Amino acid sequence: MSPESTAGPSPAGRSVDGDVPAVEVRGLHVSLDGTPILTGVDVAVAVGEWVTVIGPNGAGKSTLLRAVGGLLPAPGAITLFGTASAALRRRDRARMVATVAQSPVVPPGMSVLDYVLLGRTPYIPTLGRESTADVDAVHEVLGRLDLTGLHRRELATLSGGERQRVFLARALAQGATLLLLDEPTSALDIGHQQEVLEVVDQLRREHGLTVLATMHDLSLAGEYADRMVLLAGGQVVAAGTPTEVLTEHLLATHYRASVRVVPGTHGPLVVPVRPARPKR
Amino acid sequence: MRWLVVGVFAVLVALVAGVSLGPVSLPPGSVAAELLNLIPGVRLDSGLSEREIAIVTELRLPRVVLGLLVGGLLALAGGCYQGVFRNPLADPYLLGVAAGAGLAVTAVIALGGAGREGAISGLPMTIPLAAFAGSLLAVTMTYVLGAAGGRRGSPAMLILAGVAVSAFLSAGQTYLLQRHSDSIQPVYSWLLGRLATAGWHDVLLVLPYAALTTVVVLLHRRELDVLAVGDDEARSLGLHPQRTRYLLIAAASLGTAAAVSATGLIGFVGIIVPHTVRLLAGSSYRVILPMSLLFGAAFLALTDVVARTAAAPSEVPIGVVTALLGGPFFVIVLRTARRVLT
Repeated sequence: MSPESTAGPSPAGRSVDGDVPAVEVRGLHVSLDGTPILTGVDVAVAVGEWVTVIGPNGAGKSTLLRAVGGLLPAPGAITLFGTASAALRRRDRARMVATVAQSPVVPPGMSVLDYVLLGRTPYIPTLGRESTADVDAVHEVLGRLDLTGLHRRELATLSGGERQRVFLARALAQGATLLLLDEPTSALDIGHQQEVLEVVDQLRREHGLTVLATMHDLSLAGEYADRMVLLAGGQVVAAGTPTEVLTEHLLATHYRASVRVVPGTHGPLVVPVRPARPKR
Repeated sequence: MRWLVVGVFAVLVALVAGVSLGPVSLPPGSVAAELLNLIPGVRLDSGLSEREIAIVTELRLPRVVLGLLVGGLLALAGGCYQGVFRNPLADPYLLGVAAGAGLAVTAVIALGGAGREGAISGLPMTIPLAAFAGSLLAVTMTYVLGAAGGRRGSPAMLILAGVAVSAFLSAGQTYLLQRHSDSIQPVYSWLLGRLATAGWHDVLLVLPYAALTTVVVLLHRRELDVLAVGDDEARSLGLHPQRTRYLLIAAASLGTAAAVSATGLIGFVGIIVPHTVRLLAGSSYRVILPMSLLFGAAFLALTDVVARTAAAPSEVPIGVVTALLGGPFFVIVLRTARRVLT
């Protein structure tokens, strides 16, 4: 562990001698309509790190992401790059954190270019319009995500994989260094899942982005994450490297799943196995 | 930019046509010259007689200008509601906003004793303000009822709520009229659209509200594009979606109230115009809103020409003409919007 490599991930996500984490969540409680969703959640993500939150349906994964993104009030519990999230102005937070929702609204008739340009909103004065610098920034992002040829197309006519790249492009156009991805691959086939995650990982390496994601596919999640957080019943029940979190015991306990975990090149692979049938 | 030129051209055509056509038809060239003469410093010989000049400036021009203002306002309000509610069917009438304004105006006329004077000669200052209060009340009821079905309610729920609110408020209006039968005549003539009796007084009364609505809505056209991608996205892009929404609802309702209090109930403009603009010029509110303002203005001024020439020498109420055009158009919109509604 070398303290001077500030861009590198620190294994525990904790600050190493003044190394401020990108995200620090402490004792987060969230209730929606009186129902407690998250009860005392602690999560830290170091700058440049990729942390993936996993957990069964209803565990509170999306709620956690929404709270970190400032979409839910979470007074005092969330710190972004050393500043209390609640103390940030909306526009300033939008320049720090970009969210790609699970299934973003696709407005009918909107072109790819116009959609990605919306990502520049935090830089455009209230009631103003885009500058040439904003348009240039968007074209640069489109080029980076291999979307230049599609920029005039209507968003609604693109395939799932192309759309997901456009959603990412909008988030990148925001110029934020923290990316929150809620189920970035849930609508994609296996090939496009890998394609999108590879793009995210490449961007992270090249531009020092920090990624906090939620995912359902555990093998895929483990292959890309530096660390994982297992959420169940609104609490963190396990956190650590993929090897530490993706164990047959933990998954059986919290997912009630019957799985085999086999070692893979980039992380453990989780294979569902049909439970043994009771003998007649 | 290209569309802006087309829109301004349409308004000018409607202006000249609206002033030229009528019981006494005037040559459009002369009318155009006389209109240019209204610009300080311009002096052209139009070849019109004193009497014809009076017809242009005192009778026809205020009527056409009021038509332009009201048409622009209704179309702008329609486009704005469609963006704010993310609902292709939102319109000042379907949301019940116009009915709320109508009830308020009826109450002012019936309870305020304006009916006893036989007719509303010029609008009292209180009418647009009462209409604004009524329209805000109505849109709030629709919004609350429409959202009651779920966390935000579906587009179809909102429209059904609007229909229910409209029916409720219209019932209130009918009740008021029954109780104050002396005001039936003035209220009824106002309801059917009173562009026919428009004078400069009406134009001046509507103008400040029209200006305020137009400025507020047009300044927020980019925000409406951001709202189109969803509230969460808008919020994570640094916007305050609910605050923006309330402000724009208030602005569009003010415009509707001003339009309704000036000319009565003229339906469907807020649906026909923004949808036609969408088909022609794309889905960005940065284009839809200014174009709706211009094309709405031209549309209503030209509709008024039809209303007063189709059955000459008598006039067809302009609300009847817009409804005749709007009914079939609405069916088309409904068919294309089916995917959004279900």
